Amino acid sequence: MIQGETNGPLLSVRGVTHMYGKRIGCADVHFDLYPGEVMGIVGESGSGKSTLLNCLAGHLVPDRGEVLFEMRDGAVKDTVTMSEPERRMLGRTDWAFVHQHARDGLRMNVSAGGNVGERLMAVGARHYGGIRAEAVDWLDRVEIAESRVDDRPTQFSGGMQQRLQIARNLVTGPRLVFMDEPTGGLDVSVQARLLDLLRGLVREMGLSAIIVTHDLAVVRLLADRLMVMKDGQVVETGLTDQVLDDPQHAYTQLLVSSVLQV
Amino acid sequence: MMDLRENGPETATEMTDYNFAYLDEQTKRMIRRAILKGLAIPGYQVPFASREMPMPYGWGTGGVQVSAATLTPEDTFKVIDQGADDTTNAVSIRKFFERTAGVATTEETSKASVIQTRHRIPEEPLREDQILVYQVPIPEPLRFLEPSEVETRKMHSLEEYGLMHVKLYEDISRHGAIATAYAYPVKVEGRYVMDPSPIPKFDNPKLEMAAIQLFGAGREQRIYALPPWCRVVSLDFEDYPFEASKADAPCDLCGADDSYLDEVIMDDSGTRMFVCSDTDYCASRRAAGHVGAQGAIEQEGAA
Repeated sequence: MIQGETNGPLLSVRGVTHMYGKRIGCADVHFDLYPGEVMGIVGESGSGKSTLLNCLAGHLVPDRGEVLFEMRDGAVKDTVTMSEPERRMLGRTDWAFVHQHARDGLRMNVSAGGNVGERLMAVGARHYGGIRAEAVDWLDRVEIAESRVDDRPTQFSGGMQQRLQIARNLVTGPRLVFMDEPTGGLDVSVQARLLDLLRGLVREMGLSAIIVTHDLAVVRLLADRLMVMKDGQVVETGLTDQVLDDPQHAYTQLLVSSVLQV
Repeated sequence: MMDLRENGPETATEMTDYNFAYLDEQTKRMIRRAILKGLAIPGYQVPFASREMPMPYGWGTGGVQVSAATLTPEDTFKVIDQGADDTTNAVSIRKFFERTAGVATTEETSKASVIQTRHRIPEEPLREDQILVYQVPIPEPLRFLEPSEVETRKMHSLEEYGLMHVKLYEDISRHGAIATAYAYPVKVEGRYVMDPSPIPKFDNPKLEMAAIQLFGAGREQRIYALPPWCRVVSLDFEDYPFEASKADAPCDLCGADDSYLDEVIMDDSGTRMFVCSDTDYCASRRAAGHVGAQGAIEQEGAA
């Protein structure tokens, strides 16, 4: 999946550490993410994977470490030390964040079209017809009928809300998507369709993504590389299939063997 | 009380019970500082230590405090409520300052030096020696979209106003046009998005005027301001441009077709008439001989 244009990584994480008082959130995490690559982060609850994701996405400020992001102009910038307007601008253009609960990522009292259009308007789109056409196009791409464009997310099912959240995030053509348990709380058939959709979008748009989940099946389907976390530390990294088929660390072995075989 | 009065400006009137214009001098000074800051940063909401006033919140406590800090003994004061000089709110605030400041009051727009208003801008263009004081219920234009004050302040400081257009987008998608008819959001000097208080959007183009405009929100403890001839642009979409709308009829009393109209229901069978909401404008037009469709009947009835 490594693409040729620029040879450097899109995102370089260097020694990111976040403490909650004396307790460890995540400690000394290093990794590189290359353009077009999907990285999975797995681990049990409390292993620090969400803390790490929030540090990378600028929602939390890491106590130590650097998060180097390659901007559109090719310059590499540390997102931890960049100014807040710049970071928030990244948050609405080059980055996308898909929350586990769609209501955290959607405006529930705004129509589906308004939800998708918000990012466009935030970066200066001022043509109603254009915004609406783009919104309808994106709803179509996430399999939501055009006739639902003026409905509010409260009238949508859980799976539709999640798909709407994805459309809302991807409409500005981000280069890096952060996903926190994107399939959490959905039943398996809806999960399967959502995963199918995500896989298609990732391939089609050449997205780089970091997916946090505790569901090994999700990473098996989506992720090129896998990082296993335990107690705030990264205990194992490698290609997804390699890690899942031949786990080396005792915790990874436990994790892989704990999956119910149906 | 005595000390405070001695610090205050000399008033020629027989003031015995209150400091001039009710508020003590320290408070007026604090409010004036907020006003000056507001004028220096047009459209920016300046926090101020709003005082308890002898009237409930929502009755113009913000406007009253701004007026109190602005008035001098030489001023002539006018108060309008929805354009009218004779409604409860206008009458009681006018009386309040007659009693506590002893200033001259008037109903004529051109004779007033300070005009406190609720929900309207007078029809008659204001001059540079006049000050217009607005009563503001909710100063934050983003409030109904983003409930967190911390977040809205951050949005203002970082100029993140995409959300304001989401509101207008929702209007068009639901009603086929921008249905927001009052408190229509504006961008001031290309920087701050501001709520012009609940004036009808018909009045929005008048916000670029010669007079100083001061906005006071008592409950929300915010003051903001527009210096004269400040650039004020109503937000819109390229394909749904801003339109200053009003009822499509002339005034039934004075025949004016350029003023903002109130629709009055006359009887149980649904007869209605349109009259200027600006009572002074309507009265002065009728005094000058203009007569609307029902104006003649009215005059006969009165005679």
